[in-house]
Amino acid sequence: MMSASVRLSSVSKQYGPLHAVAGLNLELHEAERVALVGHNGAGKSTLIKLMLGVIRPTEGHIEVLGVEPAHRGFAAVRMAMGFLPENVVFPPSMTGAEVLSFYSRLKHQPVSRNRALLERVGIAEAAGRSVRTYSKGMRQRLGLAQALIGEPRVLLLDEPTTGLDPESRQSFYEIVTELGQRGTTVLLSTHVLAEIEHQVDRVIMLDHGRKVADGTLSDLRRLSGFPTRIRVGLATGVRLHPALLAGMAECRDIDERTVEILCSNARSLDVLRCLLNASVPLAGIEIAPPSLDDVYVDILRRTAAE
Amino acid sequence: MRPVLIMAGREFRDGIRNRRVVGTTLLMAALSLTLALLGSAPTGTVGASALSVTVVSLSSLTIFLVPLIALLISYDAIAGEVDRGTMLLLLSYPVTRWQILAGKFIGHVCILTLATILGYGAAGVAVGIANGAAEQGAAASFVMMLGSSVLLGATFIALGYVISVVVWDPRTAAGVAIGVWLFFVVLYDMALLGLLIADQGKSITPTVLSVMLLANPADIFRLLNLTGFSNISTLSGMAGLSAQVMFGGATLVIALVAWIVVPLSAAGLIFARRQI
Repeated sequence: MMSASVRLSSVSKQYGPLHAVAGLNLELHEAERVALVGHNGAGKSTLIKLMLGVIRPTEGHIEVLGVEPAHRGFAAVRMAMGFLPENVVFPPSMTGAEVLSFYSRLKHQPVSRNRALLERVGIAEAAGRSVRTYSKGMRQRLGLAQALIGEPRVLLLDEPTTGLDPESRQSFYEIVTELGQRGTTVLLSTHVLAEIEHQVDRVIMLDHGRKVADGTLSDLRRLSGFPTRIRVGLATGVRLHPALLAGMAECRDIDERTVEILCSNARSLDVLRCLLNASVPLAGIEIAPPSLDDVYVDILRRTAAE
Repeated sequence: MRPVLIMAGREFRDGIRNRRVVGTTLLMAALSLTLALLGSAPTGTVGASALSVTVVSLSSLTIFLVPLIALLISYDAIAGEVDRGTMLLLLSYPVTRWQILAGKFIGHVCILTLATILGYGAAGVAVGIANGAAEQGAAASFVMMLGSSVLLGATFIALGYVISVVVWDPRTAAGVAIGVWLFFVVLYDMALLGLLIADQGKSITPTVLSVMLLANPADIFRLLNLTGFSNISTLSGMAGLSAQVMFGGATLVIALVAWIVVPLSAAGLIFARRQI
């Protein structure tokens, strides 16, 4: 098991009567890419601020790279952290190169490496232009370049893909993957669940400041119990016998030649095996595991019911 | 100290590219040149040099313009960064809130110093070229006017920071800044005058009046520049008052510095306790 870069033990943060984070236990490990998922106000940004040491917990303990944020030595930890806030707006009169130079110097990093950072995020050609002329996507890329200054060991990204086009999003996740391979802990918060599929190792779901789920995407799919949908196209005149999948799945006719089979994720292979063994003449087959949105909604419903 | 200087450098660079700052500096230069060249024309027979007249004119201009520029630079120094998300980002770096505030203050005072020297220096040079040598003391009073203009600006920069950390919303902070400017530059003296007339000298003694003048940095600036030099006080029509004022130049400068230190410390303390 990789060692923990970030450790939260029974952490709560209260703003007056509001519990922004409530009794949270959490560990993030080296080389792990973790998505922090939750609706607006679920506590994602508060959690990131706690990890950054910008706010102090009302209760509990936090350690980042083995140091508590209240400790004097946390300044050194900040050198090894990268952060991209949500919707950051850099001074419009500064050029991209000047923005990076300012933050590099604050982190005691040589300005000479900034060109490579700008190339890495794909805006090197705009380095000499003022931020005022940047598109939203370019500003976000500049923010990412800023977060990568000093090759951080812990990278916290708050809604990092907001405003990025699909191509930029793809290259963003390529950088995240590369960082993970180099041993960086990456935590990214998002509420666009569809885009984190295959991009992260673990998903943590928050609701009203509480952790309601924590695991790999497959773990969460299992946890939700949301059915896998198998759509089967049948040859003309063929009917699926109702008893064939009894006790294994639920079937319903979509039209004369299409049947939708709903089964648990774990039984989906059994269902397919059964269909093939029965030699049902199939015209086509389409398997759709529950989407992350479905899983998220289902887990929230279950949590609310408890 | 290094983060403070890095912050100051960024603020200075950002400030000199800020259209509001450039615009007000140009306005300042245009007004001061106009005052210097046109206002000093009829000085031939009064025994005062054009530079002394310019100091009187520019002192009056400073009281209105410099606090306004200072508040324009500073009112969203903290609130604006919070609003744009860059404050949270800055705090994720190895830099403390006090260092951020100190860096901003140094940067903003440098911008104001540059604007003052460019704006008023142009007037001084123009008067020097146009009228030749000034009488003894005129140059000293001009330099005093430049220095105290920067000090006055620094007090309003510090007051702008207090507004910024208390109000926390850039749009509301802009409104409050205008209110603060109106209060110190316009309303305070009017209210004081009204009070003096109503009181008829019964309870407001010269000592009380002097203390009340110290309660407004714009009045301290006025006292410092318009009563500090005999030629200037005569020209400005403040010679009568200058005999009444019980504070020397050093005391007035200390009072102006206190008007910087106290609001700046208050802004720092409030900022240190604010949740971002």
